[in-house]
Amino acid sequence: MTEFAAYGSLRRAAQILLLALVAFPVIWVLFIASGTTFGPAVSDPKDFLITLLNGLTAAALYFVVASGFTLIFGLMRVVNMAHGAFFLLGGYIALRLQRDMVGGGGALGLSSAQVSLAQWVLPGLAAVAIVAGAGLIMQQLFLRWNQGQDLRQALITIAIAIILADQMLAHFGGVAEDISWPGTFDKFVNLHVYGIQYTLTRLVILVIGLAVGGALWFWLKKTRTGMVIRAGVDDRDMVSAMGINIQLTFAIAFTVGSGLAGLGGVIGGSFASLAPGVDANWLLNSLVVVIIGGMGSLGGAAIGALLLGLTTNFAAAYLPADYTYYSIIFTFVLLAIVLAVRPLGLFGRPA
Amino acid sequence: MSWTRRSRLTPDRVAGTVLVLLALFAPLIFSEYWVATLLTQMLFLGIVAASLIFLSAYGGMVSLAQTAIYGVAGFALGNLTTNGNTKGLNLGWAEFPGIVVALGVALIVALVFGALSSRSYGIYFLMITLVLSVIANLFFGQVTSVSGFGGISGIPIPEFLSRTAHPDRLYFATLAVALIVYVALRYVARTPFGLTLQGIRDDPVRMSSLGYNVTLHRMLAFTFAGFIAAIGGILFVWWNAQIAPSTIGLSATIDVLVIAVIGGLYRLEGAWLGALVFVVINNYAPDIGFISERFHTLIGVIFLVIVLVSPNGLIGLWERVTAGRRRAIPGDITQERGSAEPTPVG
Repeated sequence: MTEFAAYGSLRRAAQILLLALVAFPVIWVLFIASGTTFGPAVSDPKDFLITLLNGLTAAALYFVVASGFTLIFGLMRVVNMAHGAFFLLGGYIALRLQRDMVGGGGALGLSSAQVSLAQWVLPGLAAVAIVAGAGLIMQQLFLRWNQGQDLRQALITIAIAIILADQMLAHFGGVAEDISWPGTFDKFVNLHVYGIQYTLTRLVILVIGLAVGGALWFWLKKTRTGMVIRAGVDDRDMVSAMGINIQLTFAIAFTVGSGLAGLGGVIGGSFASLAPGVDANWLLNSLVVVIIGGMGSLGGAAIGALLLGLTTNFAAAYLPADYTYYSIIFTFVLLAIVLAVRPLGLFGRPA
Repeated sequence: MSWTRRSRLTPDRVAGTVLVLLALFAPLIFSEYWVATLLTQMLFLGIVAASLIFLSAYGGMVSLAQTAIYGVAGFALGNLTTNGNTKGLNLGWAEFPGIVVALGVALIVALVFGALSSRSYGIYFLMITLVLSVIANLFFGQVTSVSGFGGISGIPIPEFLSRTAHPDRLYFATLAVALIVYVALRYVARTPFGLTLQGIRDDPVRMSSLGYNVTLHRMLAFTFAGFIAAIGGILFVWWNAQIAPSTIGLSATIDVLVIAVIGGLYRLEGAWLGALVFVVINNYAPDIGFISERFHTLIGVIFLVIVLVSPNGLIGLWERVTAGRRRAIPGDITQERGSAEPTPVG
């Protein structure tokens, strides 16, 4: 019996350690934060709120990209390693279409004053449609006949990601470029809280993220297709046996999932920039979000995106100035804590 | 059947003997460039790929973190043994204690990574190890006190192995290590530990109910494979004299996977076969007119064709050619098996 008692106290110790790991950063940010640019949140609530907003808007973009990834995985058990490449492809297509629509641009790119709202929305929608089509083609040509062999499918998407990344380097070059926000969005708004002037573009991202989440929720919970998808997540074979065309459902889900990667690319390409390597970063972001949240769960993706967005932004802002470059460790710690407690992610269920 | 004592000339043995002899006499046959650059590179990349194939063939764990651990060993050695004039800690240790500590650091990292990932199965395991690998890459890119974006250069190689002492010595040292690694991996696979691991690969739930600690076995297998990868990392920094975060970036991680898949994910020999193909393509494809800079597309297409046509890689093709003796392929993780699904064990 002593053995079990020892195991119990070990478990207790681990729980206390985990609690401390979670509690300490919160206390640090709120009350201590010595040596940081902002100081503790209680004495500088303005910068704390800005960091919080930055975290939320980053989370919105993480969610848009990762929700497509988790939709595809949840239904088909396909880990789409080309998700990052689709992100970058969407961004580049929107960039080119926008340049063609507006005309000019040149080496320095466009300034937001030259770009109208339609000149941002239309290239973006076209890019989403094209990437969604590319995803559908990939699924039909390469993945459909390998159903159920999840490692092989992952390897296929890795091969496609390699080819796409190299071809994009050939066609779009290695220089970082960005899609121009329309003039309508590119300004500051007064939030009337501690006099914060906040960039409207980030709020637009937040709104798009919420809209995507709401639309997906409605689609999955309130429509027939969504019902079939949810049933398929639970038991593909049974859905198929009920006479429902599961292949059609797979195709729809893959198209939507890829389209969301494309949408993420349009937003990400406007918010930051497009360059070789961005695809790898976004594949990583999507993976981290869904590993934390639990694969195949939309709510999990939202929580995962929130945790990752807040962690990265607070780590960057609230580490002592000499240590800011250690912020990557916090992504690792976040992942480690979640995996230690729940190996399948916060909302993960065994397949 | 191959391990009952019967001295028969199987195609495998003939091919193996010929290849080892070729490797031993390579400096007499091939140009110095081939030996010192391509073949040496093939050998240490093969070691890293072999650590991946060991995990995948005997443990059913396709790990993408091998490159990260290889890099940790390389960066640790770089920090320990350089002396001024470069990024990193520049501790200026001698080579021998440097190797021991570098391997120790890599071992600890492998243990931590193993503890985090070994409760996950199949495709989850692949994703978690990929994330750990990319985080290691970002860590070395961002933390300027141990490396920073440009990496560490001028890492010394022991005098008696250096190119100035003799152009072929590093090659022979790498060859010797590769052979030892090959024998060691095969040996471990047949120990009770290795057999348990194979049991876990085939049915974790059953092994768990038989009283084996499934997670612990997977974790230790991962740590052991990490140690092998770390040896490859030490050889790499001696060969290259420098290491940068891009050495262990996503594309390098994928390269090792490509090597293992081209060779064949279920037999250790495939590691070096795949590495040879990869190194030769990497080196010569840019010279071919219509490919030139697009050789990554070529690698991607070859990878895609192999995955689609022969999921067991070149070794799989070889076995099909030399067949007649068809056997069930152990650890063929490219085929669906119930046990490859993530099954919670507890």
